[in-house]
Amino acid sequence: MPMTMSQKILAAHAGLESVEAGQLILCKLDRIHGNDITSPVAIREFKKMGFEKVANPQNVTLIMDHFVPNKDIKAAQQCKCCREFANEQELESFYDVGRMGIEHALIPEEGLVVTGDVAIGADSHTCTYGALGAFSTGVGSTDMAFGMATGKAWFKVPSALKFVLTGALPKYVSGKDLILHIIGMIGVDGARYKSMEFTGPGAHSLSMPDRLTVCNMAIEAGAKNGIFEVDDVTLAYEKEHAKREIRVFKADEDAEYDAVYEIDLSKLRPTVAFPHLPENTKTIDECGDVKIDQVVIGSCTNGLFKDMHDADEILKGRKVAKNVRAIIIPATQDIYLKCLEAGFIRDFIEAGCVVSTPTCGPCLGGYMGILAEGERCVSTTNRNFVGRMGHVQSEVYLASPATAAASAVLGRIASAQEVMR
Amino acid sequence: MKCKGKAVKYGDNVDTDVIIPARYLNTSDPRELAAHCMEDIDKSFHSKIAEGDIMVGGENFGCGSSREHAPIAIKASGISLVIAKSFARIFYRNAINIGLAIVECSEAAQAIEEGHEVSADLDEGVITDLTTGKSFKTEPFPAFIQNIISAGGLVNAAKSGIIA
Repeated sequence: MPMTMSQKILAAHAGLESVEAGQLILCKLDRIHGNDITSPVAIREFKKMGFEKVANPQNVTLIMDHFVPNKDIKAAQQCKCCREFANEQELESFYDVGRMGIEHALIPEEGLVVTGDVAIGADSHTCTYGALGAFSTGVGSTDMAFGMATGKAWFKVPSALKFVLTGALPKYVSGKDLILHIIGMIGVDGARYKSMEFTGPGAHSLSMPDRLTVCNMAIEAGAKNGIFEVDDVTLAYEKEHAKREIRVFKADEDAEYDAVYEIDLSKLRPTVAFPHLPENTKTIDECGDVKIDQVVIGSCTNGLFKDMHDADEILKGRKVAKNVRAIIIPATQDIYLKCLEAGFIRDFIEAGCVVSTPTCGPCLGGYMGILAEGERCVSTTNRNFVGRMGHVQSEVYLASPATAAASAVLGRIASAQEVMR
Repeated sequence: MKCKGKAVKYGDNVDTDVIIPARYLNTSDPRELAAHCMEDIDKSFHSKIAEGDIMVGGENFGCGSSREHAPIAIKASGISLVIAKSFARIFYRNAINIGLAIVECSEAAQAIEEGHEVSADLDEGVITDLTTGKSFKTEPFPAFIQNIISAGGLVNAAKSGIIA
């Protein structure tokens, strides 16, 4: 039976010659991780299971990123619970304030998940690492607890959608526009339970940050995982980041897919998802005059150095519009430092932006940029559900860093092209 | 598994942010989470449900975040079963793992109206709308998942060595 790329990785980790869609399997995990919201529940379940020690302290990772630096006493208690567990279990990778980053930016950067791995994380955007050619997927806290205790997880083998990309992205169009375009096309449940596999010359033309953004939002189409074919871009990235041996898996030529989509990247336009679903997409040309109150540039979706670079190109030497708050959040300490060295932080501050330490804060309406009733935000984050960033009557418009930066300057949803011409 | 209760009904794409808004995720206490369950789309949720009632949803129920707080909040609110046209995958496995009964049944989710009396026998694979008298067939879970459910969730399944 020919297999997709995801199926091949799963089969290898289940110790099976081959697997087929729908089969229930138990897989060995290379990485299990959680954050300050999901880990406390997992730790409680772990103890309830009667386990004392995690199976492999070297492949369990806890990252404090959602509500840190602690936004309130309850958040502080949750981080304390994680910290105590990490110390007691002698976990090799525990990331606290000062060392942490937003988990899905930090994990590839630190080489904690590498090409060919199977990884689970108690956070839905764990599907990000498919950009590296790994199988990774989000799970709940009980799966995380079971994973910590046994080093394993159960999976229903997914079928897949194949995306054959051709051409190359035009200027000011990024991986974010591509994934929003795809979600607009197939819907928020268009890939439910399935893998999204990206291949073709267009896929190979995408930078690693763009691939990470695309895979990050696979969950927004309901997918189990998103994954890119391994190529020179992957290998170059892993040469710099991987601290373990990588394993390269390739889909069989005759693998079966539920559907095949061809997308010409050169035809894509900057794309914006209107409230209250990521599938409500419009190209920038269809947006009309939408006045805004806030811009957020950051998150696990778009907080990478390339995203900061895209934003800086627009914001440098310009000013954020009156009555707009612009919040910029580099995703990791390392990215923050690189932004500082590149002069971006000065450019952002001179433009009238606030630059924050890494946090998931505003993306999920935690803190650091909550919206009032009736307010609108253009955000590079990943969800625009009702009440996601604050008041139930507030609105989130999802866009790329370039579009968000341009919108900050003009005070309405706008394209980078309009600002830069 | 058998249950019976009044139906409370929602539409498509009920996401985990409305099931339990992230501003309450600074706790994992089931009772505290239950107190805020569904409040962003239905302020009257708690006043209209009683212990054992049944939640009905449309397509892609539970989409969004992986927060297990979502099925925990629903379960701790007293809901005995969620019937939906389809479930988002992480919510689906979280519900199984924590022992919240769920079942996919398009016809039942379409036909049952808010306030109807509903009974379900998941072993037999039958949902009945007692208000209209209509019955609906459901697909049984695969044995592997049935074992987790029967054990009372993944924790107990792991404890008793059903899976390891």
